[in-house]
Amino acid sequence: MRPIRWGQVLVAAVPALFIGYFFLYPLIRILTLGLSELNVGFDGVEARLFHIGWFTVWQAVLSTVLTVVAAAPMTWAVSQFEFRGRKLATALVTVPFVLPTVVVGAAFVALGWRNSVGAILVAHIFFNIAVVVRTVGALWSRLDPDLHDAGRVLGASEWQVFRTITLPLLRPAIAAASAIVFLFTFTSFGVVLILGGFRYATLEVEIYRQAVTLFDLPLAAALAVVQLVGVTATLYAYSRYQERHTSTWALRAEADRPNPRGRARFLVGASVIGTLIALSIPVVVLVARSLRGVAYAGLFRDDPVVGTPIASIGNSLRFAVIASVLAVLVGVMASSVITGSRGTISRWFDLTLMLPLGTSAVTIGFGFIVALGEPVDLRASFWLIPIAHALVAIPFVVRSTVPTLRSIPTETREAARVLGASPGRVWREIDLPIVTRAALVGAAFAFVISLGEFGATSFIARPNTATMPVMIVRLLSRPGSASFAMALALAVILAGMTAMIVLWIDRLQFGEIGTF
Amino acid sequence: MLDVKSIDVRLGEKLVLRDIILTVETGETVAVLGPSGSGKSTLLRAVAGLVPIESGSITWDGQDLATVPTHLRGFGLMFQGYALFPHLDVMGNVGFGLRMANLPEDDVRRRVAATLVLVGLDGFDNRSIADLSGGEKQRVALARTLAPEPRMIMLDEPLGALDRALRERLMVDTRRILSDGGVTALVVTHDREEAEALSDRIALMREGSIVQSGTLPDILAHPADDWVRDFLG
Repeated sequence: MRPIRWGQVLVAAVPALFIGYFFLYPLIRILTLGLSELNVGFDGVEARLFHIGWFTVWQAVLSTVLTVVAAAPMTWAVSQFEFRGRKLATALVTVPFVLPTVVVGAAFVALGWRNSVGAILVAHIFFNIAVVVRTVGALWSRLDPDLHDAGRVLGASEWQVFRTITLPLLRPAIAAASAIVFLFTFTSFGVVLILGGFRYATLEVEIYRQAVTLFDLPLAAALAVVQLVGVTATLYAYSRYQERHTSTWALRAEADRPNPRGRARFLVGASVIGTLIALSIPVVVLVARSLRGVAYAGLFRDDPVVGTPIASIGNSLRFAVIASVLAVLVGVMASSVITGSRGTISRWFDLTLMLPLGTSAVTIGFGFIVALGEPVDLRASFWLIPIAHALVAIPFVVRSTVPTLRSIPTETREAARVLGASPGRVWREIDLPIVTRAALVGAAFAFVISLGEFGATSFIARPNTATMPVMIVRLLSRPGSASFAMALALAVILAGMTAMIVLWIDRLQFGEIGTF
Repeated sequence: MLDVKSIDVRLGEKLVLRDIILTVETGETVAVLGPSGSGKSTLLRAVAGLVPIESGSITWDGQDLATVPTHLRGFGLMFQGYALFPHLDVMGNVGFGLRMANLPEDDVRRRVAATLVLVGLDGFDNRSIADLSGGEKQRVALARTLAPEPRMIMLDEPLGALDRALRERLMVDTRRILSDGGVTALVVTHDREEAEALSDRIALMREGSIVQSGTLPDILAHPADDWVRDFLG
């Protein structure tokens, strides 16, 4: 029998307990609460709930379709051609995606667009266009161009080639991008809360309203169950689709793209410049409107209702530091379990750690309220916010460290063992130096996620622990042009901080952001 | 008859084809023979209209093709890597050109079946491309090129990717298919044996220029320079 290695048990136990207590247990509590409520029935609120469920689905479907269509010209241009500024254009398209949802919401409010479905849809397109450009573009740039040429030689016009060859070959990537965009918009919270007003609510927003404003926890739990079913069904449908459609497409290594010439030159220019101008409008208007009046100076003034707005920056930074440390510690431990063991344990760890990614942030925050009142009441604890942020960030840390750990050849570790290193020593001498860089990228991701996190935080933030996104929404929901301008100013600061860190990550890992 | 009149082709900064003069008579098979990287594939792509020519002209039976887009030129091109459509089965691939010509579905099916018989793949209609062997892929690619009955077919290293035994067999088969059908064909290859077996006439190509053309015995008897003598060994 092999002796038990206590070090390994500890490394596996920490992430297991963390995820177990702060994620799985609250989730189970929500499920039991929600299912019992569903049994009791809703006494008369069904009509409204059905209305909300229906709105959630159709706005998500429409957002997804519109995003794919809106992203098509840009995707075509950057994946098929080489031109000056192509890399920059691709990076710029990604900027909206990394902006906190609250900033995107504030930007559309700055455009004077509120309480409308149109604003929600356009904000969703703005936010998710990068998902399509990156995912579909990655496949499109690797399609064998001979397939296109073969179609042309066989008598197909450009349009016929696109319809009968290119589009079917791109379908797996379009499906993947659509699944991601659908999930994001199906569980959209910050954008809908800010832009939807009282008339338009998604399930996510309604969970928040029922739990926080009306304090009907059982009904909120029931809604969370409905939403979880929707998310699970989407993921299931997508994985089934992938299983049925995996085939060896004729891919090639990404080769030199041609320079566009003639009519293509004009179309590429129009696609890139048009997309970038459209995407820059909300950001430019946000910045411009934040500069009016005394918005920035106002942030320093103490307010009896919302507190001192500028203090939220300190809160956000503090939480972000703690959340990054937690996420990296738990994430790296989990990654070494995933890569170190074989078979069932590895697979289950991998799957469980990815779950928070599919669960909405609101569900995570709501779960804390429902489950963490006993045995020790953690609900008022300072630690709860960074823990929630870490939960959201752990999948990203795991995804950035697992491939790196897997890339270390087994022989390297075996060589160290033969030379007399204990398992712990092997980890310290071989794995750790190699994984540090990936962990750093993971930490930076966690930092950005923490700065922008709003869904979970909105449940657990106290008046004196408001983060920047929470403060922005508080300011936006107050009447008066002064708080409105302050909200925009704070949004600009948050956007600036986010952009700086993202650019730093970009330099650290050479433009891999947004490979989903 | 194809008439290529002193064309230049530039890819990026590089002049890939320089003053190419070449004719292919109707019913004739011409092979362009040269080492890899000499611009042979680019020549086929220029004739197909897939890359623009910088100067000179390409005509078919006296008609200048400069303004005719690729899909209306009526030439077939068999790609070096075959470029079979992976999302379509054998029927979908071989029938693609016929469907582009708006042939009724019944006729498409009949013509595909007949073409598959011609290349020795009788009954392969519903096979998936992924399940084909290398030799079968070559035949499907040839069938796809022949099915729409183009006025000229171009073959880019048609046997290049196959192993030796298979090549020798397919060389004979391909030659038979070309000459039985009275097909006009332009073949490019780096292999002297292949050029000799498939064609009536050979044009030797080196670094983007044609250095000599004629029948192989003629060229061997009077090589234009030392490079030609060395290359033909």
